[in-house]
Amino acid sequence: MATTPNATTPAELGWSPQALLRRMRGADEIAHLITFIAAATLLLITVLLVFQLWVHSAEARAKFGWTFFVTRTWDPVAGDFGALPFIYGTLVTSAVALVIAVPLGVGAAIFLAELAPPKLSSSLTFVSDLLAAVPSVIYGLLGVFLLVPLMRKTVQPALKSTLGFLPLFKGPTYGIGFLTAGIVLAIMVVPFVLSVSREVLLAVPRDQREAALALGATKWESTWKVVVPAARIGIFGSVFLALARALGETMAVTMVVGNNPMISASLFSPGYSIAAVLANEFSEATGNLYLSALIELGLVLFLLTFVLNGLARLLILVTTARGSGVLPS
Amino acid sequence: MRIAKVLAVFAVLLALGTVTVAEGGQVLLNAAGATFPYPMYSKWFDVYRQAHPNIQINYQSIGSGGGIRQLLDKTVDFGASDGPMNDDQLKQASVPILHFPTVMGADVPSYNVPGVSAELNFTPEALAGIFLGKITKWNDPAIVSANSGVKLPADDIVVVHRSDGSGTTYIWTDYLSKISPEWQTKVGKATSVNWPVGLGGKGNEGVAGLIQQTPDSLGYIELIYAIQNKIAYGRVKNSSGAFVKADLASVSAAAAATAKFMPDDFRVSITNPEGKAAYPIASFTWLLIPSKFSDTAKRDAVKDFLKWMMTDGQQYCEGLAYAKLPKEVVVKEMKAVGKIE
Amino acid sequence: MSVRLIWRKSLNAFMLSLTGLCALLTVSALFFILGYLVWNGGKDLSWNFFTHLPAPVGEPGGGMANAILGTLKLLLLAALVGVPIGLLGGVYLAEFGGRTMPFLVRYTADLLNGVPSIVIGIFAYALVVIPMHHFSTLAGGFALGIMVIPTVLRNTESFLRDVPPALREGSFALGANKWKMIATVVLPAASRGILTGVLLALARVAGETAPLLFTAFGNRYWSPGWNQPTSSLPVVIYTYATGPYEDWHQQAWAAGLVLLGLVLLTNITVRAFLSRGSSYERI
Repeated sequence: MATTPNATTPAELGWSPQALLRRMRGADEIAHLITFIAAATLLLITVLLVFQLWVHSAEARAKFGWTFFVTRTWDPVAGDFGALPFIYGTLVTSAVALVIAVPLGVGAAIFLAELAPPKLSSSLTFVSDLLAAVPSVIYGLLGVFLLVPLMRKTVQPALKSTLGFLPLFKGPTYGIGFLTAGIVLAIMVVPFVLSVSREVLLAVPRDQREAALALGATKWESTWKVVVPAARIGIFGSVFLALARALGETMAVTMVVGNNPMISASLFSPGYSIAAVLANEFSEATGNLYLSALIELGLVLFLLTFVLNGLARLLILVTTARGSGVLPS
Repeated sequence: MRIAKVLAVFAVLLALGTVTVAEGGQVLLNAAGATFPYPMYSKWFDVYRQAHPNIQINYQSIGSGGGIRQLLDKTVDFGASDGPMNDDQLKQASVPILHFPTVMGADVPSYNVPGVSAELNFTPEALAGIFLGKITKWNDPAIVSANSGVKLPADDIVVVHRSDGSGTTYIWTDYLSKISPEWQTKVGKATSVNWPVGLGGKGNEGVAGLIQQTPDSLGYIELIYAIQNKIAYGRVKNSSGAFVKADLASVSAAAAATAKFMPDDFRVSITNPEGKAAYPIASFTWLLIPSKFSDTAKRDAVKDFLKWMMTDGQQYCEGLAYAKLPKEVVVKEMKAVGKIE
Repeated sequence: MSVRLIWRKSLNAFMLSLTGLCALLTVSALFFILGYLVWNGGKDLSWNFFTHLPAPVGEPGGGMANAILGTLKLLLLAALVGVPIGLLGGVYLAEFGGRTMPFLVRYTADLLNGVPSIVIGIFAYALVVIPMHHFSTLAGGFALGIMVIPTVLRNTESFLRDVPPALREGSFALGANKWKMIATVVLPAASRGILTGVLLALARVAGETAPLLFTAFGNRYWSPGWNQPTSSLPVVIYTYATGPYEDWHQQAWAAGLVLLGLVLLTNITVRAFLSRGSSYERI
């Protein structure tokens, strides 16, 4: 990995020291400026994005105000729009995804970081990283043609007969719905949890493990009581990274969530997510108010990401004394 | 530096890509809209292109609502829709928009009721009641009375509708508005509405899939999708009291009943028409053409295509299960082509 | 052995095998997906698929040559938009910058990374498509490019930070100034990781459908130049998978296999090439 420093030899520095110093400063400043501009472009794009969403949602914001967030109707003919079912659907599908993906991803990361021989660990990580590269539309394709029939015929009836007393698993089994969307999302975000968690686990110093083992701890005890706590900040980071992906996922969810603005406690129920309603209706919303309401939904989604990101950071700032607040990615 | 090399390769590729622009004289037209006539349009544009290699019409089936929106946003050269543009939408356009009927289609009530293999009959009252959420069981008297001899289960009806804006929905809600005052006041007609009950599927295919997968379901889809997916669909009682099945003849009959009264802007609804043989939930589908083109090559190409579509093009309709345009309508449209400047 | 020790040992064995099961489940998902796509899409792959334009609906034959080329063109544009900004921005974060600005940029990058791709699509539609009155390859490339920036930026930063301080110090000691140190020592040392990050980011956007729906749109034919709508593999897969025709579904599987193959092969080749025979370490 390390290349030999291809540094300037003293022979090339043969001019007057003052001029050289000035020149160096100038070049450094230009480099600083150019990279600063690149970094600022990112800020600019984001500000422009918020600005666009804000301006184009003005009509809906003026008409509905805060009631937009608590209204359950979505009626394009009467011009009555509320965001609640979409916010609910987005949160529920993402929650289902995390409930599945976090234990699976962290468990796999522990195996890869602590147990597997290095060769196996690196090849399995390689495979997991390839999994992260699988395009979301492919998940949608498999979701529609493979997972939905499987859920309808096998998984949901089984859940209903065993856990049917819970309100979560009641109602008719359509195959599509919150649960199916959550499962697709879970498979999509597991590699993110895995790769970040594995990296932070590996970053925990070796001697901490060895100390625990020397004190007579089993492998699992040293892992669970010493290594994982030491790495928990990074693991939290991986969870929020996964959450960000899950909230933002559009196509795979659209294809399996059921596309019906309903609020139901049952995970079998069809629902809708903000991203899915945008994909379905943005290109065809004809009224100005309709379009504006959709763009406000986009704004809501953006703000949701914003708040969650803020929370993640706060959490990290609180749990770490270091306080740099950098999410590993 | 490796990264610099990679960037250089990219730059060269980009330059190469830019060089391969269109050969001179090519007319590239972009259009978007309705999904229902897509098989017909893709056939037409392909055959037309073989005869006129310099004209390339790229049609994307993004839905009727989308066709109207994109035409108003001027991101496409022309649009297509299963529901005519309303007055508000026409006002938003910077140049007047002309409607050109191309073919006809029908919405059919499709169902999946385990144990029922007979073709079901639906009265307008039953359809309105089911979609309003007032009729909830398959063995409701409103359904049973029209289907003597068929044993219907006491199960809940699972209503399936479109989740996206669609001309199919427009035709269906237009029909329900005509036959049910309650539907008209409570829900109304549009490419997307606030459904009182039901599951949403995206696209005709999404709805067809849901019906196939969900026992005891009832939904509406375009005729060709029911045929393609081999889903059962029922007869509907028309204004003369006859139960009619949707096919080329009954859809043509619906159009013939209205052809005489065709308004000059071609924006006409042919749902619930008169005539014993007419299927009541049928509609024209339209190309939406701006009356002014700034590019004369594009204008000439569009005009020539329209004329070809109404004459030579019609021969391909029935092979794809679309009903041909009535003669009177073709004559009227030919005149309207002259309005494009 | 005391009961407690037995309990501890069996818990140890149980939990460790559970983590192994987690790992097995996760990695087997990839083989399952790949296998299922090969099973369903493999038989429809033919030479025509790669060299022909789509046939009219319901007619046999036809391919997706235009969609494959369209995807490549979109990725090229995405790289041109996203990589310079991301790379230089990453250098800024790792090498320059004070306190507030890097925090703000990092935060924004994570935020932008979490912005749903569909919102990026709306943004590109409002910013590029509406003013140009045209769906175009450019608009699609712009949308994908924006999505590339945060990933490349954060990746570049983290790889630059991993470069051992000794290298920098050595360079300084030899009298190099800062930008020279960055350009000749730090960047080359981190280049393998950075390039991997770039290609990973591109592989990610290669499969993005949502931002292309209202930007690159679709095209039945070849898309000449950069100013016309273009077909792309993800959008074609989405359209065909949700379309009503059996032969469309078949082609969607085949296209899915091609897209996945494209993404995975790029990944594998790049990683294998970059690791140069040494054991695979990170990313």
